[in-house]
Amino acid sequence: MTDRALSVVRAGALTTVQDLGRPGHAHLGVPRAGALDEPAHRLANRLVGNPESAAGLETTLTGCAVRVRTATTVAVTGAPCPVTVDGRPAPWGAPVRVPAGAVLDAGPATHGLRSHLAFAGGIVTEEVLGSRAADLLSGLGPDPLTDGAVLPLGDPHGPPATADAVPYPGPVTELLLPFLPGPRDAWFTAAGLRTLTTGRFRVSPASNRIGLRTEGPPLERARSGELPSEGMPLGALQVPPDGLPVLFLHDHPTTGGYPVIGVVPERYLAPAAQAAPGTPVRFVRAR
Amino acid sequence: MRPLPVGEHGLLIELDDAAEVEALHAELLRRAADGTLPPVREIVPAARTVLLDGLTDPRGLIAELAAWDIPPLTAGDRPAVEIPVRYDGPDLADVAALWDVTPNEVVRLHSATEFHVAFCGFAPGFGYLTGLPAPLHVPRRDTPRTKVPVGSVALAGPYTGVYPRSSPGGWQLIGTTDTVLWDPRREPAALLAPGTRVRFVPQETAR
Repeated sequence: MTDRALSVVRAGALTTVQDLGRPGHAHLGVPRAGALDEPAHRLANRLVGNPESAAGLETTLTGCAVRVRTATTVAVTGAPCPVTVDGRPAPWGAPVRVPAGAVLDAGPATHGLRSHLAFAGGIVTEEVLGSRAADLLSGLGPDPLTDGAVLPLGDPHGPPATADAVPYPGPVTELLLPFLPGPRDAWFTAAGLRTLTTGRFRVSPASNRIGLRTEGPPLERARSGELPSEGMPLGALQVPPDGLPVLFLHDHPTTGGYPVIGVVPERYLAPAAQAAPGTPVRFVRAR
Repeated sequence: MRPLPVGEHGLLIELDDAAEVEALHAELLRRAADGTLPPVREIVPAARTVLLDGLTDPRGLIAELAAWDIPPLTAGDRPAVEIPVRYDGPDLADVAALWDVTPNEVVRLHSATEFHVAFCGFAPGFGYLTGLPAPLHVPRRDTPRTKVPVGSVALAGPYTGVYPRSSPGGWQLIGTTDTVLWDPRREPAALLAPGTRVRFVPQETAR
């Protein structure tokens, strides 16, 4: 039993353990889960010398603070935020050596929504179906962090990767979502499809890890009613009866009965993880 | 068989009925097992469709699919489980009224039915079981319950389901089982997977 661990000093609004999720189990009703800003998660792991698949923390808006039991290298990526170690400023987007017993604080996001924290050795809570990710739809994986909770850390893997380009993300002033139409675009009128690409949409405050909800003009349907339940992919733009598209994120249900007008390819999803409520959304046809 | 596009790497294959879905799903699993299916991340059967996601070349697979000779399924191909049930659900009388039979007859008809898992969803380990003939299909309750107990055996539309954990739900509750539907520490975690045959065995109601 290693004594490497972190204890939660300030859990923040919603901080969860995330890795690359548990793909391959959708047929059992198990969502993918995993880090929403996946490039940021992978980068944070590289910065501390972990495999990109190691588990770290994903914060929401207000950040979090943790005390490390033994000296640990930590990196904060994703949404930029003030980083401190025992109150002293430390760099964002770079490996930070945190001495034994010190508190690393990732403050409120300067812009964006979700910061990703990686710890050398990774968080080693129990795996469920090959992943440690918290899945907030079905409750698999560890619960969201609470003050005082203790999370075990693994042994460091070795020195951090050599110099990595760490782009400082600018604020998301408009969320651009390229999509490919289908499979159920025929359930919408030509006017409804036009509304999707020309309407003014905004990120709804009701958004979460399950889906990014939108506010804007409803999409006109050519057919009413529901489909028999069918498989739902990550990135699906599902349109419930209120006509407002919901972009399915990592904790989305694996089946559903509302029509999917289009699908946003996975490589365009990371910005959606950082778009705060109220951010304008523009849907464009991918090519 | 109608393939519909799903983003860059997916296909939704629409079929005429549940039997075709099952036959195609079984064929996909067979080809995945013997290595003749291109790599795919998810294969998700549902009521009338099979979703394939994480394909490198979905268009190529469409062309291939058209040439497949898919044999219909026979019951013997699939694993079978028995689920002991106490038919003591709060909606048993309502279901009896909808079926126009006595509650005892509901128990007899339900437990005499050979079910199988058409697909999973809603929650990890929740299987949508088909097998009841059309006259025995029932609507959901007008007002969903905020809390359906774990192990509840329930009916809605053409389906029977067993709640793998306590959750809100609008299905008609006819009984309860102690069988554990979902245990992530067990291998396999889900007792019910698409294709599994299921029979419900009546147990005495412990009172």
